[in-house]
Amino acid sequence: MSLTLPILLPLTTAIALHLLPQRPRLLRMVAFLGALLSLTAAAAILVRTQAAGIQVLQIGSWPAPFGITLVADLFSALMVVMAGIIGVAVTGSSFAGVDPRREGLGYHALIHVLLMGVSGAFLTGDIFNLYVWFEVMLIGSFVLMSLHRTRAQLHAAFTYVGLNLLASAFFLTAIGLLYGQAGTLNFADLARAWPERRTPGLDAALSMLFLTAFGIKAGLFPLFFWLPASYHTPPAAVGALLAGLLTKVGVYAMIRVFTLLFPDPSASVYTAVMVMSAVTMIVGLIGALGQHDLRRVLSFNLVGHIGFTTIGLALWTPAALGGSILYVLHHMLVISTLFLVSGLFLRQRRTTDLRALGGMYRAQPLVACLALVPLFSLAGIPPLSGFIAKVAVVGPMIESRHYLLAAISLAVSLLTVLSMARVWDEAFWKPAPDQRAGSGHQPRLGAAILAPVAFLVTLTIGLTLAADPAFRAATTAAEQLLHPDGYMRAVLGEGVRDAAR
Amino acid sequence: MELLLAVVAGVLYAAGLYLMLRRRLAQLIIGLGLLSNGSNILILSAAGVTRATPPLISDAPMGADQFADPVPQSLILTAIVIGFGVLAFALVLAHRVHQSAGSDDIDTFGTDATKASPNEPERA
Repeated sequence: MSLTLPILLPLTTAIALHLLPQRPRLLRMVAFLGALLSLTAAAAILVRTQAAGIQVLQIGSWPAPFGITLVADLFSALMVVMAGIIGVAVTGSSFAGVDPRREGLGYHALIHVLLMGVSGAFLTGDIFNLYVWFEVMLIGSFVLMSLHRTRAQLHAAFTYVGLNLLASAFFLTAIGLLYGQAGTLNFADLARAWPERRTPGLDAALSMLFLTAFGIKAGLFPLFFWLPASYHTPPAAVGALLAGLLTKVGVYAMIRVFTLLFPDPSASVYTAVMVMSAVTMIVGLIGALGQHDLRRVLSFNLVGHIGFTTIGLALWTPAALGGSILYVLHHMLVISTLFLVSGLFLRQRRTTDLRALGGMYRAQPLVACLALVPLFSLAGIPPLSGFIAKVAVVGPMIESRHYLLAAISLAVSLLTVLSMARVWDEAFWKPAPDQRAGSGHQPRLGAAILAPVAFLVTLTIGLTLAADPAFRAATTAAEQLLHPDGYMRAVLGEGVRDAAR
Repeated sequence: MELLLAVVAGVLYAAGLYLMLRRRLAQLIIGLGLLSNGSNILILSAAGVTRATPPLISDAPMGADQFADPVPQSLILTAIVIGFGVLAFALVLAHRVHQSAGSDDIDTFGTDATKASPNEPERA
């Protein structure tokens, strides 16, 4: 039962938000409470998964390969908790004010629909069900992105919709081919049946289809161009939601599907993943340096750092994959915080163009210090979580003698430092270019808009302090992924594996 | 039959992708529709096409080849529903984009988006 809660609670909240009287304060409160409950349910799943191993729920009591299974291994549980945290921060940020037109069109309900899709994608143990949750999540994000009036926002939304639908079509194609050959859709059953039925040709075709589909969603080079073209236009809270969650769902799906279906680290697809990840890092960060708009800088940083989260899959060791999982957790927190920080500038100056910003440190030093934590954490400056996550990613590279990869990662980290230092300098330190805007003209930022940022910053610091348990959890999650026997036993039951032999 | 379906699926994919690479909004939408229909046919043919065997099990003992696999049919049904909803949304969005841009040439959008975004005021 409890495994359905992170899906059912957002669904119930979304329905309630439509039925309740449309009073802004009430809607915000209900949306926030719904997100808090989802986070609690997710945290309960994480605790149980850590204590008692992989949690399985067979929907309708249909035994595993026939019905739809919900599974929470440690990786899923960690991701659901992160989705809950970002949900709380984003719904919390609506107390600071939402565009009334957007609020009237179901903004809060859509956020919960999106959260439901994300949690469903993390928890499902069935590949077609994963496709369905992808679509639920996408339609939520499509509508959230298109609830805008400006031309730029509409056009960005259209790019986003077109490319994501293309990725979905690729994913569906791959599922069709996979079912045709393996005759099952259950992840655990696929992992059991696929090795006996795979053919080299189909293997290559499927791995490329999956790589393309998830690569588009995750934002890997050369498939990421839709992302910086669309993520800078929606309001900051929506940007934080999309940036924190959607690309990570792509990364999650990639790790889940590849570890189960292609458990052969020497397969050529992993060379492709490695090259794509490395080039993604380089291109993303160089792209970030060429941008003048804070939200575009963040979008390119988002892309660049996706490379760190997929590289562990290519190296195929528990340490490397664990490092990447830790990086996913850290990056979800930090990039969402930074998108919310960009919302502070939107509120105060009505722009995120770095050239027009400045003087934030002088105006509100405490706010600037709050923003400094995610900036430095993304840049990987010790002792913040970004540094720990980078050590966890780069360390295994050196151990496995991928010196070039390690060098690229470190060079990219340096570029991130440069990019973040530029943001800090331009947006916070330099005097405001427009003196009129720099003086009393701008509104001071209230507690309502700062609270979600402070919440996420606290958690970033928490992740830093709890680095050791987080690192161990990530490594355990990676071991569960790389040795799927436990996953298969938990889903299919004891002895199924032996009976099939 | 399977060969015919395979060719049809291939033609639908090719036509869909070709239309998506064009610059017109309407063609992109039609391309999306063709692509999702192509993947539906692909699911059907990849899982094996059977003739006159409904996915029903009678009380009399039956061999495994006497009834069709119901799973691909349910997958396609789900995919059709999702594809329909998503396509309807994309159509409305394309209409809005066309209204706001006054043109259905996709290439003119990107430049507008980059120019317009930093200056357009907006509430967070």
